[in-house]
Amino acid sequence: MKFDTSGLESHGQLVGASDGLFNGFPTAPSFEIPNTTDFDCFQKEAIQMVKPAKGTTTLAFIFKEGVMVAADSRASMGGYISSQSVKKIIEINPYMLGTMAGGAADCQFWHRNLGIKCRLHELANKRRISVTGASKLLANILYNYRGMGLSVGTMIAGWDETGPGLYYVDSEGGRLKGMRFSVGSGSPYAYGVLDNGYRYDMSVGEAAELARRSIYHATFRDGASGGVASVYYVGPDGWKKLSGDDVAELHYNYYPVQPSVVEQVMVET
Amino acid sequence: MARYDRAITVFSPDGHLFQVEYALEAVRKGNAAVGVRGTDTIVLGVEKKSTAKLQDSRSVRKIRKIVNLDNHIALACAGLKADARVLINRARIECQSHRLTVEDPVTVEYITRYIAGLQQKYTQSGGVRPFGLSTLIVGFDPYTGIPSLYQTDPSGTFSAWKANATGRNSNSMREFLEKNYKETSGQETVKLAIRALLEVVESGGKNIEVAVMTKDHGLRQLDEAEIDAVVAEIEAEKAAAEAAKKGPPKET
Repeated sequence: MKFDTSGLESHGQLVGASDGLFNGFPTAPSFEIPNTTDFDCFQKEAIQMVKPAKGTTTLAFIFKEGVMVAADSRASMGGYISSQSVKKIIEINPYMLGTMAGGAADCQFWHRNLGIKCRLHELANKRRISVTGASKLLANILYNYRGMGLSVGTMIAGWDETGPGLYYVDSEGGRLKGMRFSVGSGSPYAYGVLDNGYRYDMSVGEAAELARRSIYHATFRDGASGGVASVYYVGPDGWKKLSGDDVAELHYNYYPVQPSVVEQVMVET
Repeated sequence: MARYDRAITVFSPDGHLFQVEYALEAVRKGNAAVGVRGTDTIVLGVEKKSTAKLQDSRSVRKIRKIVNLDNHIALACAGLKADARVLINRARIECQSHRLTVEDPVTVEYITRYIAGLQQKYTQSGGVRPFGLSTLIVGFDPYTGIPSLYQTDPSGTFSAWKANATGRNSNSMREFLEKNYKETSGQETVKLAIRALLEVVESGGKNIEVAVMTKDHGLRQLDEAEIDAVVAEIEAEKAAAEAAKKGPPKET
């Protein structure tokens, strides 16, 4: 598969290869089709094999003071927990965050690539790229690789000239603007708690607690989520990590052990 | 010297690219064009050739010299008009492509950089010649609302200006602007641009084409009647100034 160096190329096309209409639209990457009897079935199986279940819980929401982003930190390979300390919130630049769900390598690489593109945009245009623009760049790249086995379910959260911004971008090429998102196998549980407790005018502290609680409840019920619940806040001055609490400890904070009444002691005769 | 002007890709011994300089000559033979930047208005003016008798004047009006690149950006040029068409089409596509990829309109500086980059590319390739035109690009920044005026030339350089002129007799127009430029707004900017153009063009509404760009209303072409009115105002002011000069000494 052709390595995507479009972030490093200059904008122009070769002279002589210009035919007016198609300048500026990059050709999609492609590879040779293998010889099989039933290509459609083969393609479906290949995609199913490569597509890992997005075993994770990440969430983000916009509120009065900015954007709150939170995620767990467990990586699983089937039933095996391969790591409890994965950084699922990726720092694209000092005022933009991306979350990781799906293939870890895919998310990490493409977020770094997006960071490069954002920086190049800043240098060329002497102004920061908007969250809209950054998410659009990522969505366009992922659309190019559609059907080739990338697995990315990410949220781009940031603060730009127009205020807080939050977009959901996935490897099918979809891109949605919204106020609240949760992505991953634990997202139904997180949505339950998040949607119930959400109000637009919360303080930073209240919003952080809501985010932390949502992640905790998702890790409680979903086997593929766990580890540490990290909470980040994105405000006008950029992002700031607020907390990273082990979910096992959070459990005992929320549900402390009741000292039970000692029942009759069995006396040995 | 003649040996070094055949192919574009060859430098002369004293460091010239002759094809680029010849392109600048072509610009100097083109119609005069002037641009003036005010605080809330930007004005572009070009010299209009009179239409031949048999030429369909409606189609000539359609082939305007001052064109829109996007809602908030306009361009006027001097030089080879056919080259202008190609360059303008590419710039228009780039404006829309930018809107598509980052969901934001282009800034004036971005599109100027793109056009200049395109002009430069054609000075560094085999088998092609440079674009024979200089452009004046005006517009308002979509975020800050600040007006800008840029000029590009066949070599691919660009710079920002408060007021500039290109094409035939551009030196006299520029001199006039340097002497008489001050921060203006609204109708004053229009008057300044037309006064500069009248230095080198025959007086009258049918010899000049003027367009005004404002933040709220975009580009608006002035029609002949409006131009004639401003020209009349300018003539009256000139006459009054002449009379004032001649007046007082006679009294002594």
